[in-house]
Amino acid sequence: MPPLLSVRQLRIHFRLEDRVLYAVDGLNYDLHRGKTLAIVGESGSGKSVHALSLLRLLPEPPAFMAGGEILFQGRDLLRLPLAAMREIRGNRIAMIFQEPMTSLNPVLTIGEQIAEAVILHKRLPRAKAWEKAASLLSQVGIPDPSARLHDYPHQFSGGMRQRAMIAMALSCEPDILIADEPTTALDVTIQAQILGLIAQLQKDLQMAVILITHNIGVVAGMADDVVVMYAGRAVEKAAAAELFKRPRHPYTRALLKSVPSIYLREERLEAIVGQPPDLSTPFASCPFAPRCPEVMEECRSNDPDDYPVGPAHMANCFLHKNAQGSRRHGVLS
Amino acid sequence: MKEARPLLEARGLKKYFPDRRRLFVEKKWVRAVDGVDFSVFPQESFGLVGESGCGKSTLGRLLLALEQPTAGDVLFEGRSLFSMKASERRGLRKEMQVIFQDPFSSLNPRMTVRAILEEPLLIHRTHPDPRERIARVEELLDVVGLARQHLGRYPHEFSGGQRQRIGIARALALRPKLIVADEPVSALDVSIQAQILNLLKDLQKEFRLAYVFISHDFSVVRHLCDRVAVMYLGRLVETAATEELFNDPQHPYTEALLSAVPIPDPELERRRKRVLLSGDLPNPMAPPSGCHFHPRCPYALDSCKIHDPALEEARPGHWAACPVLPFKQKPSAAALTYQEAP
Repeated sequence: MPPLLSVRQLRIHFRLEDRVLYAVDGLNYDLHRGKTLAIVGESGSGKSVHALSLLRLLPEPPAFMAGGEILFQGRDLLRLPLAAMREIRGNRIAMIFQEPMTSLNPVLTIGEQIAEAVILHKRLPRAKAWEKAASLLSQVGIPDPSARLHDYPHQFSGGMRQRAMIAMALSCEPDILIADEPTTALDVTIQAQILGLIAQLQKDLQMAVILITHNIGVVAGMADDVVVMYAGRAVEKAAAAELFKRPRHPYTRALLKSVPSIYLREERLEAIVGQPPDLSTPFASCPFAPRCPEVMEECRSNDPDDYPVGPAHMANCFLHKNAQGSRRHGVLS
Repeated sequence: MKEARPLLEARGLKKYFPDRRRLFVEKKWVRAVDGVDFSVFPQESFGLVGESGCGKSTLGRLLLALEQPTAGDVLFEGRSLFSMKASERRGLRKEMQVIFQDPFSSLNPRMTVRAILEEPLLIHRTHPDPRERIARVEELLDVVGLARQHLGRYPHEFSGGQRQRIGIARALALRPKLIVADEPVSALDVSIQAQILNLLKDLQKEFRLAYVFISHDFSVVRHLCDRVAVMYLGRLVETAATEELFNDPQHPYTEALLSAVPIPDPELERRRKRVLLSGDLPNPMAPPSGCHFHPRCPYALDSCKIHDPALEEARPGHWAACPVLPFKQKPSAAALTYQEAP
């Protein structure tokens, strides 16, 4: 089956006053129907910028689509006229954000905001839209939905606001839900509720989910496939189980080791030395080389390609340049 | 690790804030901290864990006498912080320092690193000689892993992790015995978080520090703390040695919190049982009757709606405010999973 969404050689740059920021520089991945793809990375890795570009929500300028394609059902979203994009945005591809308070309108009731989306995309009359809004709220687990429709966002708790955002995103039964750090602002007990809700709805509606997060634990619980981003590119891609068992890129390995674990007490964490790189020059070498514990001569002079290291598993690292399949470096993991 | 005399003691600490939203109706109070007792021993790392709004940061501010309590007292080496003279308390500030969550808003943007680190030395007149003072500043930079050429720079020129290092250096300047660290790594990326956690651990050994480590992140607390207290709606619901608390929680809230933390291992994460809590944190202005946790508790009995449980010693050194869970079948679902882990 062809992928639902294909990102090909995506490059997003920002033209600032005194320099250019190469925020995303050559990103590739496929998203399949009904699957959850997690995009993991630290701040500045380009994961959120790329997500906004999927919906063409980045202000241009300063953002500038320097190249690549975003193929959704055979159409390149980067070359779509705005009117056609508006048909897709919210309707076929919906998005929820980290802080629901800033993405909800504080002077409109929750009901008005959900109904607005329904009226716009489904062209339903007001009364019907209001009914639909109530059923959506109940679907995301808000008790007494018809009454809560009349509440304003500030009357909702953080977890309920995120539920309301999800209800709004689901109003048009999208093919893809992009969730950008959906639980980062929430407490762990509420996080568990919201992640459970997203997983449940995904199963019910057969949506594909792009889950953007920095939390390795969330990835472990939710993802089918994982893309690890560093400095604007995918450094490793694999199925979730494979990635956690056999991480091949030194950055992925370091990232997995630097997270303190709740079930093991280590004397020391294996921290990654140094700082993430400056993105205002394009890379002619491996962007992770200055921090890499396994750095080689070649890494400082050449830019690595994506090398296959196993079934549907690739690493952007010279360690695997000559590895056919996954044999040679199997011992390393 | 433990010595007979506690370094810091909280005794019946309470802090109520008036609800400013209603002007003319009967005044209501937010019970941010509602009767908290505990001790921290020299060179011990004591973790305070809880969700947002549980009062852990207010408690931290009370411990440092940055906030006046509604009732109760804080003793530092046996001396009451709130009945001593202001001048005496100022002297004690040398002994107890603080590290904040956001190193950007806690560092003055108009001061160079040098000025930031010199300030405590000047205020407390510990290094009157300018050459000695700058030597101490350079030593501090060295200790936290910054370089001398950073001295003339301003906070905005640093990354988040480096700014946190500056905050830590400032806290260390006066050679304190105790540092209260309020979410010191939660604004940092994981790779940087690990660097700072390692640094905090090294410094504790090197300078024989005691920490009160306030965090919402259980895995960070497990990594760093010797003993942990779990807070819910202004009260401690459980305290124990870290390993004991993680392996055998005696309060349903602790159990639920532990099981809600995602584990970075897909197999384990998908196999384990969850104790899912329903609902949100209740309104602290109108806390539930009886046990504050009963509306969300999977084990609640009718009696929990009436009786407000106090902390009781379930096992030596392990205190929990729940009369129900210890009588349920053991080991609990959450604890089982942790024992299965490699």
